[in-house]
Amino acid sequence: MKKTKEQFNAAGRSVPESVNGKPAIPFMGIGKYRPERNKYGPRIPVCSDYPSDGNKLVPSIKDALIQSGLHDGMTISTHHHFRNGDLLANTVFDIAHEMGIKDLVWFPSASFPCHAHLIPYLEDGTIHHIEGSMNGPLGRFTSRGKMKGVGVLRSHGGRYQAVQDGEVKIDIAVIGASSADPFGNANGLYGPSASGLLGFALADSQYADKVIVVTDNLVDFPCIPWQIQGNYVDFTVVVDKVGDTTQIVSGTTRITNSPDRLYLAELTGKFCDEVGIIHNGFSFQTGAGGTSLAVGEYFRKIMKQKNIRARFARGGSNAYLVSMLEEGLVEYLLDGQTFDLTGVRSMAENPKHVWTSPFTSYNYHSKGNFAGLVDVVILGATEIDVNFNANVVTHSDGYLLHGIGGWQNCLFSKTVILPVPLFRDRVPVIRDQVTTLCGPGDLIDVIITERGIAINPIRTDLIKAVKKSHLPLRTIEDLKEEAEQICGKPSPAKFKDKIVAVVKWVDGTLLDAIRQVDA
Amino acid sequence: MSKTSIAGNHGEDIRSDCLIKMSLSTKGGIRLKIESRVESMYGDQINSLIKDILRFYRIRNAEILLQDSGALNFVIAARMEAAIRQLTGDTKEYLLPAAAWAKAIQYERNRIRFTRLYVPGNTPKLMLNVGIHKADGVILDLEDSVAPVKKGEALLLVRNALRAINFYQSERMVRINQLPQGLDDLDLILPQDPNVILIPKTETPVHVKQAADRIAAANKKRKIWLIPIIESALGIENSFLIASATPAIAAVAIGLEDLTADIGVSRTKSGEESHYARMRIVNACKAAGVQPLDSVFSDVADTPGLIDSAVRSKSLGFEGMGCIHPGQISAVRDCFMPGSEEVARSCRIVAAFEDAESKGLGVVSLGSKMIDLPVVKRALAAIELAEKFGLLEKNWRKEYEKN
Repeated sequence: MKKTKEQFNAAGRSVPESVNGKPAIPFMGIGKYRPERNKYGPRIPVCSDYPSDGNKLVPSIKDALIQSGLHDGMTISTHHHFRNGDLLANTVFDIAHEMGIKDLVWFPSASFPCHAHLIPYLEDGTIHHIEGSMNGPLGRFTSRGKMKGVGVLRSHGGRYQAVQDGEVKIDIAVIGASSADPFGNANGLYGPSASGLLGFALADSQYADKVIVVTDNLVDFPCIPWQIQGNYVDFTVVVDKVGDTTQIVSGTTRITNSPDRLYLAELTGKFCDEVGIIHNGFSFQTGAGGTSLAVGEYFRKIMKQKNIRARFARGGSNAYLVSMLEEGLVEYLLDGQTFDLTGVRSMAENPKHVWTSPFTSYNYHSKGNFAGLVDVVILGATEIDVNFNANVVTHSDGYLLHGIGGWQNCLFSKTVILPVPLFRDRVPVIRDQVTTLCGPGDLIDVIITERGIAINPIRTDLIKAVKKSHLPLRTIEDLKEEAEQICGKPSPAKFKDKIVAVVKWVDGTLLDAIRQVDA
Repeated sequence: MSKTSIAGNHGEDIRSDCLIKMSLSTKGGIRLKIESRVESMYGDQINSLIKDILRFYRIRNAEILLQDSGALNFVIAARMEAAIRQLTGDTKEYLLPAAAWAKAIQYERNRIRFTRLYVPGNTPKLMLNVGIHKADGVILDLEDSVAPVKKGEALLLVRNALRAINFYQSERMVRINQLPQGLDDLDLILPQDPNVILIPKTETPVHVKQAADRIAAANKKRKIWLIPIIESALGIENSFLIASATPAIAAVAIGLEDLTADIGVSRTKSGEESHYARMRIVNACKAAGVQPLDSVFSDVADTPGLIDSAVRSKSLGFEGMGCIHPGQISAVRDCFMPGSEEVARSCRIVAAFEDAESKGLGVVSLGSKMIDLPVVKRALAAIELAEKFGLLEKNWRKEYEKN
């Protein structure tokens, strides 16, 4: 097989000149790439092609796919509003496989362990490659070099950008909704399978060639509110069950019990308090992940003690954030995805619990987005290097195991804090170089470990603010040394040359390449 | 069939530990199989560590399976040593170089011991970060938290932990097994410079003296303090004799789970059933000039209950409590620290006393109350504590002089 030509990008990473046969632009630096063209425009539809009574119901998903013209090589999108309880992606590819369709591109907004079901279709060529995220078993499969094409990892914001910029042309979008009318107006708020919002499907509805809305709760026109507008929708389908809501909550959306992680969270709260981030009218976002969620709880404690109210909190909602909203500690909850059923309930009944989308929150090719307005964001990482660069997709053994989610987009917040353990089961988190670059160090401000806090030297304001505090401040090199003294210096992951996936930056340029693990 | 030894732990929920299965043979060389979560990063290092240990014990033919879930070298070495001991009975000690931070500092006999955190002696995962929680003392426990069949390997693990782990400002404490087994524990523990040895189920001063003699025989440069734990009716009755058995005693702790069982009552959160025993311990300790330390509060989820218990404990005269979870530490410490009212009153007392002294007055009074020396002494002690915990500026006198 001919080797793909590579070039070094502005972050010093070797990336391919083309991905899946399409030319690719290397990362040029933060804010450097400026596309000089218009956004992508979908085909102009004509009303007279659609039923005049507005009834777009077809009997089954298979009928809808056939009428959408499903054929080899198409790009099919699905969404993760049900998280690990998604049923649609597996169903769609079961049908495609049964029809003998090949070389499809799966364009999910995120993948979960439940999608391990698709591995046989990746093996037999039904699916050519995945553009989105490759979690757990799919990541392992990809890292072993078994996927036909090259995987493409994007952030939530990057996904919207890729669609509107025309990098990804979606042929068929399949949108699961807990409520819909025959016209295709849909939401995730009501019905037995309510999952919250449909923000991740917004771009798909606007730009895909064919849009299929699938529901298990058909209501008469109008379905209110229409998170997805029926004017974009080609077909509606009713099924017995659209998603398994019991699987929305997963391990990463519960507060940690680990005393060590709780200590990290407490230290993070203290840091934010010390530097004055927690003030009346401030805003914050804590990502999924047990430690981030626990930080939110320490914020609550501090806010209650000092009688402080936040103007808004962003991010995935859960019982913890909802209770802060209901107690009046937070005025607005700008929600990108619901992490549990309390979040779903609150969104349906509380007008101050607002559904957002990657467009409003994260889209880099728009006239600003919300991520930059947030005072502080608390995120995780699998690895961080001495230049504050961070990795969220691969582990130190080289295996691709996580997606980017909103992580890259959140780096534009005013202060980015990563609370991480210094090491996990012998594997140092802080190291000389990250295995995969997902976030440039210039955007990452503070690393908080149980053995000390390292502030990025470019944040002289933060350094000054904590100078007189009792916080355990260290240099990042110092932390790296200590991790290696405890764990021993790890051998770097061993890779083959073959590129199995690429990591996109929020502007669509190539930040890094992930290679086949040599095992 | 040759005998197979097993040491350590492996399983779905086990982290930072390893399991070793080993059997010796007379030929065939070393057949080592490593199954590790971190193989690509540390496989070579693990391999050379195992080979080094085998050379040390002159083992040339063996079959070894190592199932590793991210154990640090000191854990792997302890597990290997335990597996080899089981097969050969060789008690030679394999010691990795001690970490720079693992040196014991000499702490004062009357150092503050508000919180002492118990850590099971055979669970590496719970040991690694134990220093970050800032307990006054960390107890690596060889006694009740270790299953009888695991006692041998726990002893080796605790020994290695004392050489490898950073305890930061916490005292390095080890709870040995009930005597006489505990005396043999000391042979491996003492060379690693623990600060404190806790002697469980102490019933008579003889127990303490046996431990003290063993320590004296080890001829350590640093002082090693003793904390006998009294956990029986007989122990309670002997409490003064125990507390004053040797000058090496820094404190006496009470163990309420065993004590209530011994008395034949159930333990309650309010603790009426142990009131006499606790008061007896406090009194004996004060008479002997050592710290009385309270038992643990065993419901980890009940923070209000913990606080109640700690407040009551302090009011009885105890000077610290045991913690079984890092989450208990800050609550207990807060209870034992002097309160803001107590600090302010103490400052007023000391300021008034010093003022009277400088004026050559014989009698000191504050408001309508006479202040005598014991009151001043107690106030000074509270001030010292408050300064230590940053509750009071060192130059607090300025403020009180003005008034």
